[in-house]
Amino acid sequence: MIDDLDPGNQYLLMGNEAIARGALEAGVAVATGYPGTPASEIIETLSAASDKRYVEWSINEKVALEGAAAASFAGLRSLCAMKQNGVNVASDFLLHLVYSGTKGGCVLVSCDDPGASSSMNEEDSRLFAELLEIPLLEPGTFQQAKDMTKWAFSLSETINTVVMIRSVTRLSHASGKVMAGNIEAVSESISNRDSPPHFTDFKICAPVVERHQRVQDNLKKMQVLFEKSSFNTYEGPDTPELLIITSGICGLYCREAVSDLNIADRVGILNLATTWPLPETLVRTHLSSVENVLFVEEILPFLEKNVKVLAADMKETFRFFGKLSEDIPSVGELTPDSVMSALSDLLDITPTSTSTSTSTSSTAPLQNKASLPQRELTFCAGCPHRASFWSLHTALSLDGREGIVCGDIGCYTMDIFSRFPTLKTIHSMGSGFGLASGFGQLHRFGFKQPVLAVCGDSTFFHAAIPALINAVHQESPVIFVILDNRGTAMTGFQPHPGLPRDAVGTSRPAVDMEKICQAIGAQVTVADPFDLKKTEDTLLRLFKEVHTTHVLILRRECALQGQKKEEPCGIYVDDALCIGETCGCNRFCTRIFSCPGLIWDAEQKKARIDEVICTGCGVCLQICPAGAIKQVEE
Amino acid sequence: MLPKDPFNIIICGVGGQGNVKASRILGKMLIQKYVVTIGETFGASQRGGSVMSHIRVSADSLWSPQIPHGRADLVLALEPVEGARVIQEFGSDQSIAILNTRPVYPLSAITGSCTYPSLDELTTQIVSHIKTAWFFDATLLSLEEFGSPLYQNSILLGAVTGLQCIPLNIHSFIEAASQELPSHTMEKNKKAFEVGISLTASHQ
Repeated sequence: MIDDLDPGNQYLLMGNEAIARGALEAGVAVATGYPGTPASEIIETLSAASDKRYVEWSINEKVALEGAAAASFAGLRSLCAMKQNGVNVASDFLLHLVYSGTKGGCVLVSCDDPGASSSMNEEDSRLFAELLEIPLLEPGTFQQAKDMTKWAFSLSETINTVVMIRSVTRLSHASGKVMAGNIEAVSESISNRDSPPHFTDFKICAPVVERHQRVQDNLKKMQVLFEKSSFNTYEGPDTPELLIITSGICGLYCREAVSDLNIADRVGILNLATTWPLPETLVRTHLSSVENVLFVEEILPFLEKNVKVLAADMKETFRFFGKLSEDIPSVGELTPDSVMSALSDLLDITPTSTSTSTSTSSTAPLQNKASLPQRELTFCAGCPHRASFWSLHTALSLDGREGIVCGDIGCYTMDIFSRFPTLKTIHSMGSGFGLASGFGQLHRFGFKQPVLAVCGDSTFFHAAIPALINAVHQESPVIFVILDNRGTAMTGFQPHPGLPRDAVGTSRPAVDMEKICQAIGAQVTVADPFDLKKTEDTLLRLFKEVHTTHVLILRRECALQGQKKEEPCGIYVDDALCIGETCGCNRFCTRIFSCPGLIWDAEQKKARIDEVICTGCGVCLQICPAGAIKQVEE
Repeated sequence: MLPKDPFNIIICGVGGQGNVKASRILGKMLIQKYVVTIGETFGASQRGGSVMSHIRVSADSLWSPQIPHGRADLVLALEPVEGARVIQEFGSDQSIAILNTRPVYPLSAITGSCTYPSLDELTTQIVSHIKTAWFFDATLLSLEEFGSPLYQNSILLGAVTGLQCIPLNIHSFIEAASQELPSHTMEKNKKAFEVGISLTASHQ
């Protein structure tokens, strides 16, 4: 448990756990968020340690931030955590929150995903800090992740505004050594304050321009504090040949690259942890002793552009290198190798390591990369979504009018890797329903195809309900399919308002999605996606009822929920019945349905079950035309 | 003592094989004495994709959560093709590797759009590229000994310990694993770890 760590001892903590520990040490009273990789473990960690605190998985990021702000207005310390896309959702409130100000320390943690390993975009949420005119911290080590989170609460109380922490996947999901500090009790954090937590006024009222002035004055105060912050570090010679300006986890890549290339006497690293407002004097002091500057940062050239603005009135002889000059890759995640490569080019160094050149290595490359089979992402074995999409795909084919299906954000997005891909649009949370509502109005322009949309249960609550109301009200003839797998599966089964429990496992009333849809005025049908025939028949029936807005809930718990089973799966292939390639089904089981629990025995030309992977869901029994896949009788 | 500082370990496999758990147990086995950094991939990659944990072990300094190319000292592969893939990119003639030989077939191999290499091919290629490689069917061992594949990673962590290239032992395993695994599985996991040690220790 994160609250059991002994102060003064060192522990192996994930970046997100370190952020959670920092919040506890600051005496956080309320923590909220919506699950999203790579941010989810912050709230998960806090929910495991929530004694006397309130921890909430909120319906979406905007409501999460509003919940955190309410606690702050009451004088309590609060934290709100989300992935980069969540900041977009919360941004409308956020852009007004800065004008009302806050009271108890209020910290927003945004975890960006450079390389988009678990995201539908590569987004740099640091730009929000500049847009919002609020302080931005970028921890670069696990210890800093904890210490700077704790610090952020007091910064927030210094200038009465929300403070933003930006983490990235390689910090949030990496682990390192952290020395624990003392946890401040929640009650102490209230009573230690000068005034009791009485409620003051947080209306934004005229004159707005004066409030805007206050926001900017606060930022100037923050800049003064940032100039002296020991979280900003410099290592290297007094007058380096090249100055690297970096922030966050990239600082470790720079340090490794400089050490590996053995150029510590030529290159200095200015590692900024407070990146908005920039500590201008500190940056100018370092710039004054160099001509060549390399910016190492991920996603967008945020430091690069802002430092260039500072340098504009300094001297004309600067040479700046970074994303804008194409010396650093403009997209994707950085690595120590990519920094080494940039430094080698700029300083005209031939790398001697095995890392950047195979020609100096004594061994030949193992084999061409292409010769190893690539491992595509797929639905897990036993995933209800594979069955749902099988039925959707079959029903659409039988209907024959080239109906379109709008997609959404969740595990079902894996459809893009499927052998029977079904989705035609994928954007942001809830957008599939909104797009479908729009497509449903295009019949007047000759758009005759049936329109469907899918979204998950958590996504339904997060952002799909307004689009459903819109569709019903505007009479859009759309079939909305809710793929209800009983949790926020993609990010680790966090609860949502449709489930009878909250973040800490306390029993809560489940909000009934059928009743919501019925109250809105949609025709609601519930089916089990593992029953392929019934699901297909239902879809075909709904295709015929063209003038109504339908909701079809395909409900089946995620196969990964709960503990792994130790018993055998009980599914097998009857060799006498499997007729292999001569079946005429084009190997439905292994080539099309392609569940990882099914494998193809190329020697015997028969399908097989991989008993280590199969979950025993039994869906493949229904798709085998020869009836060769069987279940052991109980 | 570490044979090299930082000592770089990569644990690789397929989403769902317990890669992250194994790396956290190994990290916790070392954290008392060393500065350990673990870089991980998870999230969408969990769904049948290649997964990798980079573990950096140092006496006194913090290293990046990503190991530079060609700098893995030890590769622990939960799946053979993933081992070969990581060795291509991060291995060198200095690396040693322990590989579980049980394949998890990628979709492309199941559907027939490409061929999964034979174990002989993989072994030849891996052996020619790195210093030493050990091959075991830890999944089969786990199934035979414990009636379930769930203990393969404890066997493999035992095999790493048996190599005696870094300071690991059964006590640190029990302490670390009991923080990460359900308590009712600990007895079997401990036995599995011992099975693993015997696979490599007798050859040292």
